[in-house]
Amino acid sequence: MMGEVILEAKEICKYFGGLKAVEKVDMQVEKGDIFGIIGPNGAGKTTFFNICSGIYQPTSGDILFNGESIINQRPEHIAKKGMARTFQNIKLFKNMSVLENIKIGFHNRTKTTMFDAIIRNKKYRVDEEVIVREGIAILEKVGLSEYRDTLAGNMAYGLQRRVEIARALALDPQIILLDEPAAGMNPMETHALMTFIQNINKEGYTIVVIEHDMKFIMSMANKVLVLNFGQKIAEGTPEQVKQDEEVIVAYFGKGLDLGGGH
Amino acid sequence: MRTDEMRNDIPKTSFWRRQMSGVRDFGKGIFDKIKAIYEKRKLQINLIIILLLLVFPYLARSNYIMGIACRMLMYSVLAGSLNVINGYSGQFNIGHAGFFLIGAYTEAIFATQFGISFWPLLAVSGAFAAIVGFLISLPTLRLRGIYLAIVTLGFSEILRVIALNWSSVTGGAMGIKSIPSPTFFGMTISNSSNYYYIFLFIAILFLAVTGRVLKSRVGRAWISIREDEAAARSLGVETRFYKSINFMYGAFWAGVAGAAFAPYYRFIASDMFTLDEGFNILSMVIIGGQGTLVGPLVGSIIVNLITEVFRFAARYRMVVYATLIIVMMWWRPQGLVGAYDSVFAIKKSQRKPVRMASAKEAGEE
Ligand SMILES: Nc1ncnc2c1ncn2[C@@H]1O[C@H](COP(=O)(O)OP(=O)(O)OP(=O)(O)O)[C@@H](O)[C@H]1O
Ligand SMILES: [Mg+2]
Repeated sequence: MMGEVILEAKEICKYFGGLKAVEKVDMQVEKGDIFGIIGPNGAGKTTFFNICSGIYQPTSGDILFNGESIINQRPEHIAKKGMARTFQNIKLFKNMSVLENIKIGFHNRTKTTMFDAIIRNKKYRVDEEVIVREGIAILEKVGLSEYRDTLAGNMAYGLQRRVEIARALALDPQIILLDEPAAGMNPMETHALMTFIQNINKEGYTIVVIEHDMKFIMSMANKVLVLNFGQKIAEGTPEQVKQDEEVIVAYFGKGLDLGGGH
Repeated sequence: MRTDEMRNDIPKTSFWRRQMSGVRDFGKGIFDKIKAIYEKRKLQINLIIILLLLVFPYLARSNYIMGIACRMLMYSVLAGSLNVINGYSGQFNIGHAGFFLIGAYTEAIFATQFGISFWPLLAVSGAFAAIVGFLISLPTLRLRGIYLAIVTLGFSEILRVIALNWSSVTGGAMGIKSIPSPTFFGMTISNSSNYYYIFLFIAILFLAVTGRVLKSRVGRAWISIREDEAAARSLGVETRFYKSINFMYGAFWAGVAGAAFAPYYRFIASDMFTLDEGFNILSMVIIGGQGTLVGPLVGSIIVNLITEVFRFAARYRMVVYATLIIVMMWWRPQGLVGAYDSVFAIKKSQRKPVRMASAKEAGEE
């Protein structure tokens, strides 16, 4: 199975008026990868994610998910095909409890209709039972059991990020796109998150992760894509990328720490 | 627990703010306690309430009081169905009177022209309203907030104007008269004391069915759209489909209420379904509490009581409504029954957890 491409971007461009937010970006994510995307602020990382997950249509180029083109498909259909994501500015259902948030993640995996719900037939009962059971299991897995009935909007910032990942897991996706999952976390939380991502990766989830934290990317990803001003300036293993001239310029220009180095 | 913690950091500024939050807490005590008791003994309390409601006409012994009761029940279905749209899926419909109109006219036309009996027409009128609800949902799927509100408002007026001018079918300005009363096993149901049971039946059915829908995958999908549409879509919720279904569901019950209303009044005319009527229904939802099942019911009771009390001064009734809505917005924006920590409760800025090192948020929307 290894080596099989699951998500592929072909010369993706996205222009906002005159602004070239993403310019001819190629990417090949293989099954089982932890694929890192880095780049300075405004490099186009989030925009690129939004194209992959169907929120934006690219100006040109193509996205293949399991070999099938998914541009022109709506986000909900892409989600159904097995792609989950989190958002840089956390998008939780704030007035729902943590467990209810997770339950929405099961939307695709259950088939209860309004009619089933009204007469409370077997389909409804089985679906609800499965959702609660597996939802609780996911909460345990991400260590949020004690918060199951807490309103998501009342959780601490770091925990909210975890709820969002848990919700994505409820989709049972093949691939998960994480947009700066460690933003706003303290070093301990970040470390726990890294371990967690590695664990779910071992379970078979392919992961694409945007992160500013270089240590995070360099120690976890097996492949890294570097964007700057919308363009791909480097791609390869963390070691290759670290030594790339252009990357060093892009990053030291911004005064960022490359991590691990000194 | 957590809401207490959060609220503690709101009022530390001024004396006046502390007083204000004290007033707010007053509501918290009463309604949240009632809710807690209710949750504990749901079944028994429901049974007792239904029993009391069933014998109520024998206790009241007054057609006048039963008339008020009928209106309260009918409006609780109207307000409740509007709440499914505005409170649960977060769409903004202010033209609910339009669906009410469709239901009433469908019943009246089929009953007077074709002699079809009342009971099947309840469902037929609901279905007609749902179809109209579907049609109105199509162009509005891409609209939100105030834009959607304006479309629903315009659509409600268009329906009224059609009813006013399509004389051959709707009776035009004369309206439709002599709408036959329903019969039940040979018994004609005409006065308020009897008709009460029809409204009661519909209201209970509405609450029971809606409660079930809301606690299912469908209801959760609606709420997720209210909370964050982009997130809902990223989790595979077909938001267009669920928004449409949501409009249809709300419209259906408004249609059913309309169908029950027409033969109750025995006469309908287009001026019964003006925008005022739409706002009237909306005010019940706001006063009672959006996004809660019993809120609109409480809102309907209160607004109808006010209507009765101020009947002698009909002109000033609107002033009372307005004052009440403003007071509610200040005191309990989530409505009387709204949970203390509901969406509509505290201003967003006061609810947000503190964000450390909040990253730049460009590009998500
Ligand atoms: N909807 C939009 N309309 C116009 N411009 C946009 C839009 N979304 C993003 N941009 C612009 O596109 C560029 C890339 O933004 P993007 O959010 O993708 O960057 P990023 O790499 O995710 O940055 P950060 O690290 O700050 O999250 C920025 O200049 C941004 O202002
Ligand atoms: Mg970004």
